[in-house]
Amino acid sequence: MIHYILKRLTSLLITLIVATIVIFLIIEVVPGDPAAYMMGLSGSTEAADALRVELGLDKGALERYFSWIGGMLSGDFGISYTYRVPVSQLIGERTLVSVPLTVYALILSTLIAIPVGVISASRRGSVVDTILMGVAQIGVAIPNFWFAILMVLVFSTSLGWFSAVGFPGWEAGFWVSIKALTIPAFSLALPQAAILARVMRSSVLEVMQEDYIRTARAKGLSQRQALIRHGLRNAMIPVLTILGLQFSFLLAGGIIIESIFSLPGLGRLVFQSIAQRDLIVVKSIVTLLVMAVVMITFIVDLLYALVDPRLREGGRG
Amino acid sequence: MRHLSLSFIIGGVLTFIFTFIAILSFFWTPYDVEAINISGKFAVPGLDHIMGTDHFGRDIFSMVMVGTRNAIAVSLVAVGIGMILGVPLGLWAAGSRMNGGSLIDEILMRGNDLVFAFPSLLMAIMITAVFGPGAINAIIAIGIFNIPVFARMSRGGALSLWTRDYIMAARVAGKGMMRISYEHILPNILNILIVQATIQFSIAIIAEASLSYVGLGTQPPNPSLGRMLNEAQTMIFFAPWLAWFPGGVIVAMVLGLNLMGDGLRDMLDPKLKKRKAGDVTA
Amino acid sequence: MSLLDIQDLSLSIHGTTILDKVNLSVEKGQVVAIVGESGSGKSMTSSAVIRLLPEGTTISGAIWLKDQNISDKTEKEMCTVRAHDIGMVFQEPMTALNPVETIGSQVMEAIRISEPGLSRDEVRQRAELALHRVGLDNQRFPLNTYPHKLSGGQRQRVVIAIAISQKPALLIADEPTTALDVTTQAKIMTLLKKLVDQDKMGLLLISHDLAVVANIADHIVIMKDGQVVEQGARDGFFENMKHDYTKKLFAAAHHKLQKKFIADAAEPVLEVRGLNKDYIIGRNEKLRAVNDVSFTIKKGENLGLVGESGCGKSTLARCILGLEDFQKGEILIAGQKFNGERRLRRHINVVFQDPYGSFNPRHTVGRLVAEPYYALDNPPNSEERKQKVIEMLEHVGLSASDIDKYPHEFSGGQRQRIAIARALITEPDIILLDEATSALDVLIRDQILELLARLTSVFGISYLFVSHDLATVKNITDRVLVMKDGVIVEQGITAEVYQNPSHPYTKSLLEASPDITKSKVKNKEQLNDNIFQH
Repeated sequence: MIHYILKRLTSLLITLIVATIVIFLIIEVVPGDPAAYMMGLSGSTEAADALRVELGLDKGALERYFSWIGGMLSGDFGISYTYRVPVSQLIGERTLVSVPLTVYALILSTLIAIPVGVISASRRGSVVDTILMGVAQIGVAIPNFWFAILMVLVFSTSLGWFSAVGFPGWEAGFWVSIKALTIPAFSLALPQAAILARVMRSSVLEVMQEDYIRTARAKGLSQRQALIRHGLRNAMIPVLTILGLQFSFLLAGGIIIESIFSLPGLGRLVFQSIAQRDLIVVKSIVTLLVMAVVMITFIVDLLYALVDPRLREGGRG
Repeated sequence: MRHLSLSFIIGGVLTFIFTFIAILSFFWTPYDVEAINISGKFAVPGLDHIMGTDHFGRDIFSMVMVGTRNAIAVSLVAVGIGMILGVPLGLWAAGSRMNGGSLIDEILMRGNDLVFAFPSLLMAIMITAVFGPGAINAIIAIGIFNIPVFARMSRGGALSLWTRDYIMAARVAGKGMMRISYEHILPNILNILIVQATIQFSIAIIAEASLSYVGLGTQPPNPSLGRMLNEAQTMIFFAPWLAWFPGGVIVAMVLGLNLMGDGLRDMLDPKLKKRKAGDVTA
Repeated sequence: MSLLDIQDLSLSIHGTTILDKVNLSVEKGQVVAIVGESGSGKSMTSSAVIRLLPEGTTISGAIWLKDQNISDKTEKEMCTVRAHDIGMVFQEPMTALNPVETIGSQVMEAIRISEPGLSRDEVRQRAELALHRVGLDNQRFPLNTYPHKLSGGQRQRVVIAIAISQKPALLIADEPTTALDVTTQAKIMTLLKKLVDQDKMGLLLISHDLAVVANIADHIVIMKDGQVVEQGARDGFFENMKHDYTKKLFAAAHHKLQKKFIADAAEPVLEVRGLNKDYIIGRNEKLRAVNDVSFTIKKGENLGLVGESGCGKSTLARCILGLEDFQKGEILIAGQKFNGERRLRRHINVVFQDPYGSFNPRHTVGRLVAEPYYALDNPPNSEERKQKVIEMLEHVGLSASDIDKYPHEFSGGQRQRIAIARALITEPDIILLDEATSALDVLIRDQILELLARLTSVFGISYLFVSHDLATVKNITDRVLVMKDGVIVEQGITAEVYQNPSHPYTKSLLEASPDITKSKVKNKEQLNDNIFQH
């Protein structure tokens, strides 16, 4: 088990290092002169020179890379060029919206998809299965931002239940905030839930063909009992892979959804920063999101080992 | 090919319709997509404008036609990039692994993991932040993300084929890794690659729409379904058709491709057929 | 009345008849063996008894178990029958256990289903006892062991433990040893027989191999195309066979081929000298798969290479085929050193085990058979090539019109003929037959062996026959090598080795090898030595 974790941890670190190099190259090296770029056409040469010094661009690329990484490790992401405040401060508040939104959506997606997939699989070919999978097929095809627009239309105007947009802030209370995040999370989750439900269904169907299910049936378990006691845990193995991938889609999708629901998350910040050519903020946000994705991959790997004893001994699955 | 499945027929018909519309838009649209007609703005869908007009009085149906064409073009190129680069990489990784060079395989697969850490949107954000927005960004961002998808798929398929006896027989005849990959492996994984390509195509259409929606994709005045939805958002309360039609077209197009992919998979996968017959009853 | 009585059982799947009026019965403490080739309906008969059947199956007739007609029972009632009265052992031990559950929990679950009233400790003790009875000592194999830690034979023991832990009246074993090595096979068969005697169960044993069951069965049922062609008590069964099909099966089980003697003066076509092949496993750890192996094959000679799975025979075969590097020693083909050189490849070819995996499904027979020409510097032009392919197809008993067909249009036996044609096309000196007949039904196997024997006299070709099956090797080879843990432990003239094995491993292999001509009584004596009582 320890061998397995160490191996995964090494690969996590390597991926992180290479990812930061890629980000650094794209944002700081490829454009040539980031300072001139950030100043835009209106900027004077003196101002650009000043910014160059401020950003440390007068130093070599290697030195800049290491000071950037070193800064991030101590929580220093630099100063935003447009807002003139530390980037960590800018990002900090917004992460408290974006991350809960993503996690909430992931939970919703799992809670919807697993039962739907299992029910569909256990009644394969029935009316229930046909309807559920028909809905899932359409769900997969719906872009989440369009679904979000429709949700706003339905909830705020037609039903008039409550304002679907805006976020009161966590200080206004936990449940109020959760309520404000519910519709955004739901719009984010539904298309992913449709995908997951389809994967779950085919995974369960596949597992039900396995010899050990027949062994379980020969013991006297009914088809349903065999599915619950022996099928589900095995069926979860491929589903975990998809869950890990979905986290990155949800994170990215969240950035888009936030603007529809006027949520003060990372999404709005990153698009503003692109418009204002604030490369420092863009770089930091992209790095954070990539780190989150890589971390999730690592956690999924650990979950694998929990589900599958064959991985715990460090051998190849 | 065995009998056509229902999914394949429905999906094929939908895909054909949208491909036809996209090609038609090169030669004919009901109105000029850039023609502004302020007096005719916010026309409700009717005989003159079957999908209505927007805040500039532009014909939505014409814009949807050209938007569909742009979405298909971007997706086609992006998936093409993914296949052209990904499939050889996957075949190479599998071939090296089976011929004692697992280091190359390991490096290629770690590279894949790395790309997976950059969802298309993040890649597009970085490229746009540095180079400014444009449809090319969308193509590159979606294309890069497709490379590991095809690489993994062809590697997995190739690895299982490399242990087959007919590959052994080819090696006994003295054939090398490249020749075997091309002659024996590729034709036998083509099925799964085609199925995956239709799925990736549908994902690319959604990705293109998302990027255009946030302004990182196709730029005005070139119409795009995603940006039409963005513009519709502020007017949705009094002109909901602006959101209905472009969104509906995306859904129908993606649905068509997915159904076609599912249908193809069912028709091409003999294993699935065998399984169906070998089921244990409830 | 009998313990199990199957009366006029007919079965069809989606309208296709699989079983046609099958009648057979099993008494308490009796071993009834159903023998037949693939597609005979033997497995479906056992699946019908426990009623784990494919979708779309319809059944008629009656299945009486302990004086109840279980074919009338509902699915829910059948769960109870499966839990209390029937235990089942399947063919594939590697996949029959849930990989994410411990063996203990899988045995305990079975006990809890059949006797829900037991306390946790009682269930635990019963599980330990069941595992102990199948020869899995609780010290070495505690309840929290996961299946992937166990070998195929050990896993099959766990499956048997699950079955007997429910104290069933009837045990069904569907090809329980087909996936196992001969020595393991013999042990599992002995174990089953012992358990049947101790618990006074009835055992319905399904097998494709008459020889495997001949020694332990009390009653033999021969099936073909969904019908019982002949059945009777084991004693005297082979002396009074009535049906032609039974006689053919019996003949195939101990067939003798006409062999000519190879002169000592004949030139060698393959020489292996001091070959070592290591695999690196983990840091600083090596596994010597082939250890100092030397042998020679002369022109026209048939050499057997026998050993159980993991003995290194496949690795050795791959080295000889030039598919793998080796650390030490040399291989000489046609007198020249060979390590994958293309110009020497025309002298050696191969036929593999799996007739279904041996061909690229997208190529025609013509293209497939001509593939070895790739090794030639000046391959014949397409017209000559076609003529040669047709010639070879005719040599192996196929026709010229088959050249444009695809592999899926042929049966398993026919595909093996195509594989032989492919191996012959460059007229090599030697063909390596890697378990080439192991996947075939007995009668087909017999025909392929006949074909191989004929081709060796037509072409003067040598064979290296790699197999786990001693009976097959015995019939076709002049000399035999016995391999264990990478080392050749014994070699010699086939007949002499089989009659007077010198190495203890060879002896144990020969003893374990099922032989239809062995007397049953002697076998029972052997069994008694192994039984330990509880």
